[in-house]
Amino acid sequence: MQFFKKDILDMESLSVDEITLILDTADRMKEISERPIKKVPTLRGKTVILFFYEPSTRTRTSFDIAAKRLSADSISISASSSSMVKGETLIDTARNLEAMNPDVIVIRHSSAGAPHMLAGMIKPSIINAGDGMHAHPSQSLLDLMTVRENKGEISGLRIAVIGDISHSRVARSNSIGFTKMGAHVILAGPLTMIPKGIEALGVSVTGNVEEAIRDADVIMMLRIQKERQQNFLFPSEREYSIVYGLTKEKLKKAKDNVLIMHPGPINRGVEIAYDVADGPYSIILDQVTNGVAVRMALLYLVTGGARNADAD
Amino acid sequence: MLMRIKGGRVIDPGNLDGIMDILIADGNIVEIKKDGFADDEYPEARIIDASDKIVTPGLIDMHVHLREPGHEYKETIETGCLAAAFGGFTAICCMPNTNPVNDCRQVTEYILQKAQAADSVRVYPVAAISKGLKGDGLCEYAELKEAGAIAVSDDGNPVQNSQLMRRALEYSKGFDLPVISHCEDLDLAAGGAMNEGGVATQLGLGGIPNASESIMVMRDIALCELTGVPVHIAHVSTRESVRAIKDAKKRGIPVTAETAPHYFSITDGAVKEYNTNAKMYPPLRSDQDREAVCQGIADGTIDVIATDHAPHSFIEKQVEFDRAANGIIGLETSVSLSLKLVENGVISMAALVEKMSTNPARILGLENNLLIGRPADITIIDPERSYRVNADNFKSLSRNTPFDGWDMKGKAVLTMVGGKIIYQDE
Repeated sequence: MQFFKKDILDMESLSVDEITLILDTADRMKEISERPIKKVPTLRGKTVILFFYEPSTRTRTSFDIAAKRLSADSISISASSSSMVKGETLIDTARNLEAMNPDVIVIRHSSAGAPHMLAGMIKPSIINAGDGMHAHPSQSLLDLMTVRENKGEISGLRIAVIGDISHSRVARSNSIGFTKMGAHVILAGPLTMIPKGIEALGVSVTGNVEEAIRDADVIMMLRIQKERQQNFLFPSEREYSIVYGLTKEKLKKAKDNVLIMHPGPINRGVEIAYDVADGPYSIILDQVTNGVAVRMALLYLVTGGARNADAD
Repeated sequence: MLMRIKGGRVIDPGNLDGIMDILIADGNIVEIKKDGFADDEYPEARIIDASDKIVTPGLIDMHVHLREPGHEYKETIETGCLAAAFGGFTAICCMPNTNPVNDCRQVTEYILQKAQAADSVRVYPVAAISKGLKGDGLCEYAELKEAGAIAVSDDGNPVQNSQLMRRALEYSKGFDLPVISHCEDLDLAAGGAMNEGGVATQLGLGGIPNASESIMVMRDIALCELTGVPVHIAHVSTRESVRAIKDAKKRGIPVTAETAPHYFSITDGAVKEYNTNAKMYPPLRSDQDREAVCQGIADGTIDVIATDHAPHSFIEKQVEFDRAANGIIGLETSVSLSLKLVENGVISMAALVEKMSTNPARILGLENNLLIGRPADITIIDPERSYRVNADNFKSLSRNTPFDGWDMKGKAVLTMVGGKIIYQDE
């Protein structure tokens, strides 16, 4: 199969076949990072700009390492170092970057839809590294890869996603991604954090964490942000952790070989107990490892790797 | 000079309906003749052929944002008037959220001077309810009235303090200044960029719930009942607001309401692909709300169709959705979109004229009927004219419309103010 997408904007616009191709490619890419010399010449001469309008350590480093392991030249720009602080609009900044002929622009932005806007206006491939509360496709793809790696297949699994669903692009992308691949996604959290109409994504919703955990194959905890208390979304971290946090006790209701995931960064002791985060079911660090492989696959595929290699 | 509007169907609800000729001399209506004049009568009159067309008292858009003073790159009083004329309006009310705010005699007079220089449609300035639109003190209504203000409103920066709103209603009564209320609970709407619901959730945009509007509609109805002073509810967008206004009217409370063409034409689905030209306040709502607004127009709950014409330049619109300015332009598409209501059987042509002319005139206290001796403020509409909207041809300085490229049937083809033709479609 060939890959013809110019941009990776969200999980909605990727077909099941495209997702499978990305995961298969990522599986093969993973081995490169395990070699003593972690570099292949595949993207030599390609330029990747990491355009991060919002703070990020994990995702930016992951994309940067992915680009370098494929021998692409990667350049990082952050909001504070770009001319956006001087009042330049996003479109003008992007057009200036385009004029330097990059092949891929990886963008992280606090506004939902910013990558879509750029994709429609400039030539280089756009990879969305997280836009507002909208989408985080590379995170969803690495989560799919990690679950598939551990469970063999995704179809038929019961995936519980717990926390602040409203403000989470990871929850949205995973709702779409896992549902598309045949899993059943259950979203749980206080009703203040469940957005209206989310059921339209094909997921179930509950305000009861125990119900979500019951018989789950995968439990994905979301980070809770302290500043949300100001919007009256929850009264205190103390109560949140008691009712909605994942503890060993609550975990008993899940399936025996349940997987614990978290997109990070973790608030230990709030949404996830210390011993659970580091416990035997946790694959949180596998997610990070696979993140590099998935991003290598995305860079390779959008730059036309599959087409140039004559479909291997 | 003598002018004869010949052979059109004249509709002036409550006054005239039928094929008639209208004779105009020196800017005033001097004769109205059922079935028209004989061919040899008034041979010297210039003839305006209105056969197969609708002739109405001049249309009034009681909710327009002219951006002068302060934001002349978006719209000036002159270009806004030109856009109004092209859209078939003979009079517009301009909202006070300019820079400086229209909260004192000097700004009201400035607007009227500019309008006079434009020599186009009639401009009626709406002054602010509160000083600087800040919501913490009344403006000087006596002076504003004397300077030429026609109503007061804190449009764009709604009054949160219920005591201030009560006092505004009571105090304005002394000067016959109608109060136009922009109903929005800013706390409920905080952080929202579009209608709360499935589309917002999928796009990852903050939602604005229906209740942020209806809660304030209900408050203002309660204050209207308390004070006995009429209140006019601007840009109704939700089914809950329509229901509350309908109930209030049934109980005899003197509330009136307007909606805008976008609320009965499109829904929040138009925001998909992050279209900033579908971003406005209140936001486009669900299809259920759109239907309730249509129903409210049909049953008389909603008295007026006004555009909330809100020009913004590319600088404010070609940006990230949540950072884009609220508002769309409407003057040049309003008649065509509203005619779809007639085409779809929601209301009659006469009811449409009521909502775009008779009712706004009544609410604002204007004389606008087609009567002998009155200035000839007349709009001629061709309900059969088909065309495609091309925003590049707009007279407005701005292009922020979600209706660009729409196929329309029916438009205003002539606009006359005081007997002077200020727009005529070739």
